[in-house]
Formats: sequence, structure tokens, C-alpha cells
Amino acid sequence: MSAEEKYVAAAYLVIFAVVLAYVVIIALKLQRLERELTELTELARTKQEERRAVAVG
Amino acid sequence: MSTWLRNNRLPALAALAFTLVTVSVALVFFYAPLDADGLNQKIFYFHVAIALTAYACFAWGGWKALRVLWKRDEDADLESYVAIHQGVIFGALTLVTGSIWARYRWGHWWEWHEDQLVLFLVLFLFYAAYFMLRFSVPAGPRRANLSAVYALFGVALVPVSILAIRLSERFIHPVAFDKGGPNMAGSQFFTFCVSLAAMLTLAATLYHVELAGKRIDVRLRELREALQ
Amino acid sequence: MTYLADVGALARKDLLLEFRARDTLPAMLLFVLSTLVVFHFVLPGDSSELAAKGLLWVAIVFTALLGLSRAFAAEREQGVIDGLVLAPSDRSAIWLGKALSVLAFLVLAELVALPAFALFFGGVDGPMIAGVALADVGIAAVGTLLAAMAAASRARELLLPLLFLPLAIPIIVGGVGTSVTSDPARYVGFLALYDALFAIICWASFEYVVTE
Repeated sequence: MSAEEKYVAAAYLVIFAVVLAYVVIIALKLQRLERELTELTELARTKQEERRAVAVG
Repeated sequence: MSTWLRNNRLPALAALAFTLVTVSVALVFFYAPLDADGLNQKIFYFHVAIALTAYACFAWGGWKALRVLWKRDEDADLESYVAIHQGVIFGALTLVTGSIWARYRWGHWWEWHEDQLVLFLVLFLFYAAYFMLRFSVPAGPRRANLSAVYALFGVALVPVSILAIRLSERFIHPVAFDKGGPNMAGSQFFTFCVSLAAMLTLAATLYHVELAGKRIDVRLRELREALQ
Repeated sequence: MTYLADVGALARKDLLLEFRARDTLPAMLLFVLSTLVVFHFVLPGDSSELAAKGLLWVAIVFTALLGLSRAFAAEREQGVIDGLVLAPSDRSAIWLGKALSVLAFLVLAELVALPAFALFFGGVDGPMIAGVALADVGIAAVGTLLAAMAAASRARELLLPLLFLPLAIPIIVGGVGTSVTSDPARYVGFLALYDALFAIICWASFEYVVTE
């Protein structure tokens, strides 16, 4: 590749890399959100059982 | 078809962005003719498109900031923040691609006489301070107000800075450099337009994705508080 | 009419406080003199006179930052900002009063800085003075609002320079232009434009900076 083509390729690679980095960040965020959601669902379930226990008892 | 579109707006937007980016890259490399400058243009298509997209993001952030102050729209604070975040990302990309282009064209990684690069450097500093401001004020209506006022200052700063940079060249660089911006033929202009559309839709997609993520954050926090 | 009376009262209060405490202004004066002396050592022997004139503006901006960081200090220490905001006057009067007192401090600092500069480096002329005056107005206007923002944050002293410097770049360009070019009128006009535009924006938006 000529020197010119290297620069053009570099520019496009940078843009590509930034967008892919974004995808990685979003994937990590989704993972975290899913974890939080599972935690909260568990919390809700235990609260529900407590309420049922109280009602019966 | 239209109900599917309404229910799946974000994926549809993402698909559109994907298509436009692919098409524009193809156009840049296989359709647009080389000009006297050689491959110079190929970087330029996206560099300018990214710069304009950054401006659009800051403008959108400014519009949402106005709604925070004027209509007391609570959602608008988050939208303004995400828009400015996108603007900073595209602004940083502008600086990087501009630097690569400067290295290609003039042999150095930075050129002070390139007005657009200098302007983006100033704007980057300004909006980076925006994030510092947000991080040092606790969340709430106060932070929303401060961020909104600052974002609007940014909108005013753009034309003033453009003027200032141009005025500064008279005493910094008495020798006038040729700008090297392309004068475009029809097919080149078309390629440029497609790249611009591609970058704008890409920014819009990323904006909505980030916004959705942040909104979910907020709702999960509310849920947590409701459960405890 | 009461609006102007409020503004006057606020400005007078700040000036009186400073007159009694005598901490900010002497610090600014000493700082600007020290900076000018540092510049002598910073400039290489064959530097042009223009380089020194450019550096004057660095001194002005950083001395202003010193003064601005103290702008709302008294109010914050005494816990008085809420009282001011709750007062029945228009909130923008707070900004105007404070900006006028900041402007007074800046002018007083310049009254020392410019003769010192003329003494050390020479070459202070009419356009430069006009540039300094207009720049001071811009710095006071924008700096006061940003100081209020920084006062509301946790990072205060760290935040104010970060917020201020990007907005100060056009002021610096205008000021340097009046000092070093052969066409100072253009830059004086630019400074006037900056002052008018940002004064209006600050005046209109200060309300939102101090309320929720």
C-alpha cells in the first residue's frame, strides 16, 4: 500500500474501532443491568413470600 | 408493516444506519472519482460528515437544554446529557480523523491554521468541562439547571469561537495557507451527502441506545427504592 | 427603579466587605505583579515585544480567575446564598451586582498591572487599554455566572478554571488583537460583540443557576 492509502485506512479504522468500542461498552452495560434485574426480582420474590407468610401466620 | 416499524423503531433505525454506512463506504471507495489531491478526499468525506454530526449533537443537546429550562421537561435533562455525550464522542473522532488528514496533507499531526480543528479543540475542552460540572453536582433539578445553562453557553460559543479563530489568524499566521477543502463535482457531492446521512443516522442510533440504557438505570433504581 | 437599587446595594455590599477584609484585592495585585516578573524570565532574549503583549493577557486572565474564585466565597461561608435567592428581588440582580463588583476589582487590578507592564516591557497604548477594559467586562460577566455554578458544585476551586478558560478564549483573542495588530478597531468591535452577547445570556440565565 502506498503511504497515502495507509492514512486513509487509518482514518477508517479509527472510526470503525470507536463504534466497536461502543458496542463493547453497551454489552457490558446490558450485562450489569441484567444482573441488577435478577437481584431485584429476587428481592421482590422474597418480599412477596414474606407478605404471604405474614398473612397466613 | 407500519405497526412493525412503530414497535421496532430502534432496530429499524440501527438497520438504516448500517445500510447507509455500508453504502457510503462503498461509494467512497468504488464510485467517487479521485481528484487532483489524490486520496485526500477519501478521508475528507467522513471527516466533514463526522464534524457536522458533532455539531448536530451539540445543537440537539442545546435544544433539549432549552426545554429543561423553559418547559421544565424532566426527561429533557437526560436527553440533553446523552446528546452532548454523543457530540463529544463525534467531536473526538473529528479531531482524530482531522489529525490523520493533517498528517497526510501537510506532514504534521496538528495544524493550527485548520480552523475546524482548532474550533473542535475548543469545543472539546468546553464540553469536557460540562462532564466535570455534572460529576461534581449531586443529581437533581439543580444539576439539570446548571447543565442546561452551560449547554446553552456552548451553543453561543460556537459562532463566537469561529469568529475568534478567524480573527486570531491575522496575528498568528500572517501567511495565508490554502484550505485544501474540496470543491466537489456532482458525484463527489452525492457521496458526501450519503456519508453525512450515514453519520447522522449512526449518531441517532447510538443516542437512542444510550438513552434507553440510562432510562433503564433510572427505573431500576426506582424499583430498588420501592422494594426496600 | 428598585431593580437598580438592588443591584447597587449588592455591589456596594461586596465592595464594602472587601474594603474591610482587604484579602482578595491585595492578593490579585501581588499576583499580577509576580506574574509579570515571571514573564521577564520566561521570554527568551530575542523575543519580540509582541510576545510580551500576548503574555499580558495570560496574566490578566489568571489574575481574574484568582479574584473570581473568591467571588461567592463570602456568601458560601456565611450560608447566605439562599437568603439572597429568596429575597423578593429579581435573581438576575444578584448577578449584575456581583459582576459589577468583580469588574471593579478587575479594573483596580489593571490600574496596577498596566503601568507595571509599561514599566517592565513598554508599549501600552490606547487600543490596548480599550481592549483591557472591554475584556474585563466580558470576564466579569461570564466569570460571575460560572463562579456561581462552581459554588454549587463539590469541586469548586477546581471547576471554575475548567469552565472559564474555553469561554475566555475569544476574550483573549480579542484582547491580544487590540494589542498586537495594526487593525485594533476590528478586535475592539469583536470584544464589544462578545460582551453584549454573553452579558445578555448571563443576565437571562442566572435565575436558573441559583434556583432548582
